[in-house]
Amino acid sequence: MNLDTIVFLVSAVVAVFGATMMISQRNTVASVLYLILSLAAQAVLYIQLGALFLGAVLIIVYAGAIMVLFLFVIMLLNLRGNQDMGDPPGPVSRFTKYLVSILLVIELVFIIRGVAFDTDASGIMSMVTDDFGSVKAVAMLLFTDYLYPFELTGVLLLVAIVGAVVVSKREKDETPIPADQASDNSDRGTN
Amino acid sequence: MLEVIFISSIKVIAVVVVLLTGCAYATYMERKVLAFMQHRIGPNYAGPFGLLQPIADAVKLIFKEDVVPDNVERLTYTLAPMISFVPAVLTFAVVPFSSNFTLFGYEITGVISDLNIGILFVFAITSLGVYGILLGGWSAGSKYSLLGGLRSSAQMISYELSYGLSIVGVIIIANTLSMVELVEQQATIGSWFIWKQPLGFLLYITCAVAETNRSPFDLPEAESELVAGYHTEYSSMRFAQFFIGEYGNMLAVSAVAATLFFGGWQGPLLPPVIWFLIKVFCFMFLYIWLRATLPRFRYDQLMNFGWKVLFPLAILNTLVTGLWVLWLSDVIFGG
Repeated sequence: MNLDTIVFLVSAVVAVFGATMMISQRNTVASVLYLILSLAAQAVLYIQLGALFLGAVLIIVYAGAIMVLFLFVIMLLNLRGNQDMGDPPGPVSRFTKYLVSILLVIELVFIIRGVAFDTDASGIMSMVTDDFGSVKAVAMLLFTDYLYPFELTGVLLLVAIVGAVVVSKREKDETPIPADQASDNSDRGTN
Repeated sequence: MLEVIFISSIKVIAVVVVLLTGCAYATYMERKVLAFMQHRIGPNYAGPFGLLQPIADAVKLIFKEDVVPDNVERLTYTLAPMISFVPAVLTFAVVPFSSNFTLFGYEITGVISDLNIGILFVFAITSLGVYGILLGGWSAGSKYSLLGGLRSSAQMISYELSYGLSIVGVIIIANTLSMVELVEQQATIGSWFIWKQPLGFLLYITCAVAETNRSPFDLPEAESELVAGYHTEYSSMRFAQFFIGEYGNMLAVSAVAATLFFGGWQGPLLPPVIWFLIKVFCFMFLYIWLRATLPRFRYDQLMNFGWKVLFPLAILNTLVTGLWVLWLSDVIFGG
């Protein structure tokens, strides 16, 4: 067992562990923390595959920005772990829950069956070229082959931001509120 | 293989020891310099010139009672000080502190790890530092802590964008993300990136001060409004960990600034490590100088400044640099 395999196994187990703990927690903040743990382990996997850029961006964007916003919202709503989260789900929602889960598990099994099992982590690594996953290679693809979808995604995000601002904006005829409260509100709206 | 592991371990230990000592003496330096600027004497009881003050502080903090309020979230309350401290240390994994040198017959590189995404690694790691403050503020179960934590997270998210964009200019010009290559490209004073990216440097240093929650951007711990902000409920060594984290982050930001804009370890006559330390020291001095000089921003001023001044400037800087490099390459390669 070489070092690559050990690193792969450890980070894969941590990633799955984090993801499992995330959905099984009652405490929302703990959920967020486990998701961050899982993301960190995924970043390790990316980096091990040679996709350094992708790994770094995963941390910067998801762990460093989006999850901070998640935490921010949870704190603003002041959800504490010991808080009552409402009535237990009824039969319909339970049925849907299990149905969707089973379908997803079946899909997962098919995907795993489709992937050849004989390639271990180091085998996958040797399949890619040296340049694979480097900033240059990713940028080249992003600004040539995938320029159109890339720019469209940018516009889509912009639309979402503008939409969030419009939705959270108060009507003019309402009583004016102090500036600090207004900014508070827009924060909640965008998230 | 064993040799590589051995050398790397020694380097890691050396860097961490120097960093921790640096954090301790940064507090001493801050108090001395502030005292000098305010016509006071500063710490002068422990040892000559008060030089043993950080050690006395450390001993005191270790032996203080660790008071934990009743309604804290135990796990996050314990984790938060560590989370705020660890990213600062990790940053130094990719910062080159010296040229390659030979010691006891071994060829040793002047950096712990020369990642080819060096700068991105730094930004990825430092972006995690906010969790320490955020979770510390939230888990303590106190109003002041919570408000401090929320403020800091909003501030850090707002400034992170400009912070990231401020160094894009340097990356475009240097055409690399590796810290080692960046230093190698700045061999002479004339080739320092500060001359090509003056605006980028100003943006970087402004955002860096905000990112490390230092005066004049120290809103999260505005003592007149929030007692001590996010670490109000912390005591003893946990409190000290937040402090080490803050000073560690300052050192990390200073080291990155020296590497990106001031040639890192490059310099004449003196050994490279000394040059690197001198440059870091200068940035630390700048930090303290700012604290002694500028009053704290109001919260809305802080947000307006971040979003309406720094952010457009950072985008403008990136745009102009990009166009400039494009034009240059046109001139050189004839379109």
